Amino acid sequence: MIEFLLDGLLVLALVATAAAALWSADLFRAVVMFMAFGVFMAAAWVRLQAPDIALAEAAIGAGLTGVLLLDAVSHFGRGAGDKPDPGDRE
Amino acid sequence: MMMGRMRTGLIVLACLVVTGVLASSIWTIAGNPAPVDLPRMLSENLERSGVEHPVTAVLLNFRSYDTLLEIGVLVIAGIAGISMAETTARADPNLRTGDTLLYALQRWFVPLMLVLAGYLLWAGADRPGGAFQAGAVLAAMGVLLRLGGTPMTFLRPGLLLRLGLITGFTVFLLVAVASAIAGEAFLAYPPALTRPLIVIIETTLTLSIAMVLLALFVSAPVNDAEDPDEGSPT
Repeated sequence: MIEFLLDGLLVLALVATAAAALWSADLFRAVVMFMAFGVFMAAAWVRLQAPDIALAEAAIGAGLTGVLLLDAVSHFGRGAGDKPDPGDRE
Repeated sequence: MMMGRMRTGLIVLACLVVTGVLASSIWTIAGNPAPVDLPRMLSENLERSGVEHPVTAVLLNFRSYDTLLEIGVLVIAGIAGISMAETTARADPNLRTGDTLLYALQRWFVPLMLVLAGYLLWAGADRPGGAFQAGAVLAAMGVLLRLGGTPMTFLRPGLLLRLGLITGFTVFLLVAVASAIAGEAFLAYPPALTRPLIVIIETTLTLSIAMVLLALFVSAPVNDAEDPDEGSPT
């Protein structure tokens, strides 16, 4: 029962973070959501008894891809068409 | 407005159709037993592979052709990424320095991540781990160092970068061709040398993967006046 609950929560979190990453207007928030999605995905792989893929997902999917995307967002952010950020990131 | 709504409807319809086809195919696959019992074949032949972990055995021995192609794709992606870089990004050695918190964190994390990468590489023989994970951890360590202001001169275009990028692929390919010349099949390791060969290939792969991933990050163009703590008045 508790495992069923855990898996259900995991699926909900996956769908919620994926939707938030897709529909977020702020690119920075979308990238953070994507990284959270990667962490949940790694947990899901562990639950599916595939620890190899979980390791790869956590290291590459959530970590390095997130860093690269954050770097890209910081370049987009000062381009045209984006609303000005609240001061702490500028 | 009308066109937009119609297009949205069409897109939703297409998504639903694809989802339905995928779901039905998964349903049929799950219902029927596989024609070949792959898990049993794998566990029967595991002793011949040279490693004890089934995933590593598949990746580095039974289906090493896929891994060879994978590292080839990764190297090409790395070269493409580096060649897109602007020259200013590499000409700026003292970039993003001066964050004391990051510097303090670095001194704790970098040795830890080095040990973790080594462990993951070695653990790949008999439990989850392996070249890709170890390479990713190494690259993450490099990103941390880079953010802390380490200049990383070896990632400037030059002989060292080129060698590092292609080492893993070259070693892998040499082993493959050598076994083909010796009369075996392409990529069939000689039975006596299986384990040392796999260890050598995994180690060089780890270095190359780390270098590709790190080079992708380092060669990304850099904005001026990006840092909040450099005293820019904005």
